[in-house]
Amino acid sequence: MCLGIPGELVGTDEEHADLALVDVSGVRRRINVGLLADEDLKAGDWVLVHVGFALSKISESEAQAVLDYLEGLGQAYDDELDALRQSDIR
Amino acid sequence: MRFVDEYRDAGKARVLAAEIAGRCEPGRRYTFMEVCGGHTHTIYKHGLEDHLPENVVLVHGPGCPVCVIPMGRVDDAIHIAAQPDVIMTSFGDMTRVPGGQGSFLDAKAAGADIRMVYSPLDALRIAQANPDRRVVFMAIGFETTAPSTAMTILRAAADGIRNFSVFCNHVMIIPAIKAILDSPDLRLDGFIGPGHVSAVIGCEPYEFIARDYGKPLVVAGFEPLDILQSVHMLLGLLASGRAEVANQYARVVPWQGNRTAMEAIRRVMRLRPHFEWRGLGFISQSALMLADEYAAFDAERIFELPGVRVADPKACQCGEVLKGVLRPWECKVFGTACTPETPIGTCMVSSEGACAAYYNFGRFSRDRVREATRA
Ligand code: SF4
Repeated sequence: MCLGIPGELVGTDEEHADLALVDVSGVRRRINVGLLADEDLKAGDWVLVHVGFALSKISESEAQAVLDYLEGLGQAYDDELDALRQSDIR
Repeated sequence: MRFVDEYRDAGKARVLAAEIAGRCEPGRRYTFMEVCGGHTHTIYKHGLEDHLPENVVLVHGPGCPVCVIPMGRVDDAIHIAAQPDVIMTSFGDMTRVPGGQGSFLDAKAAGADIRMVYSPLDALRIAQANPDRRVVFMAIGFETTAPSTAMTILRAAADGIRNFSVFCNHVMIIPAIKAILDSPDLRLDGFIGPGHVSAVIGCEPYEFIARDYGKPLVVAGFEPLDILQSVHMLLGLLASGRAEVANQYARVVPWQGNRTAMEAIRRVMRLRPHFEWRGLGFISQSALMLADEYAAFDAERIFELPGVRVADPKACQCGEVLKGVLRPWECKVFGTACTPETPIGTCMVSSEGACAAYYNFGRFSRDRVREATRA
């Protein structure tokens, strides 16, 4: 649960300005981006996602580094992705 | 993937290791605490201690939020979950955390409606979908997670959702570090500061450690080379007699943190006068509760709680492990009575707990564990 997972912004939410569609290791879910209100996010940007909220904007290379680290974690990362798959934030 | 290699590169690790050795004064022992469980995980997984000279010792800190939840709070949560109209929600990490009367898993087996969620916003959705039930979110975590809870409450308030509340167990890293600095049994030379907590709070809140205690702290990333580099930076600061806060993880952590996140916490939450940490005891102003304005969302005010203090099991030495006084395998029940399947203490539950990290990555072969635990 403490993991911050990199996700790529792939779309916005028409109804809610503080939500965005984010692709996390192939799992696409709505994520709250309200904590990055100052960042002027756009599709293609990478963010660190933590319990359904984008916590910081990161570079693509950093995102790759973190993903690689997470994949090395094995079970803990799989559990986190499973949890994300169940997520349905609106 | 070039970047990844840059942070993993074995050749680089060797060069750094040699430079680290070169920065150590002969005959001096250096003890650094990595505060965050994520770092503990990396250190064990990659066997980083093998890259360090023997006189550089890394000890593990209290930075695993699951590990510091006292048993009485788990019991309180289970008490809430047992009300017939309640749906209790929590992160998956809480499932096995033992309370005085069992864990969430046990309570679920006994019929309580306890559901694991990915985000507090998912808990809020469950509340919207079940208007005739009271949905409670068991909030745990450091400053990394507290803003998410705060934002969820703001959302619930804005949308007028009345059957949602939060059982707030958010704790703060700075008072915990201070408690460790004030504890007489440990001599530390510096800290490896948490990465993601700092993305929220920034680097400034650590400055008292340098100013008042004369110890350096380096905020670090989670790659093996990040940690080696942080050790290198700490040794450099010590060698030049500079107690300072430095940021090794500037690619994620802005010096001033995330202002929006801090503002969300400030709006919704207040400092508790004191809070009990598992193994560390009561630490004043170390945790958050909901502000009076959000009392309608505060499970502690909605439900009558037993609030019974439960002493940790006798055999459990999590407190010593969380303070870095004992290494995990030095606990008498490590790997024997206490394993990730049957945890006695919380450090064995979360993958970020020092005992679980040690156990899972077998830095010690099982034989050596047996040896170490017999001794
Ligand atoms: S081995 Fe178990 S009881 Fe001992 S410190 Fe670790 S988690 Fe606590």
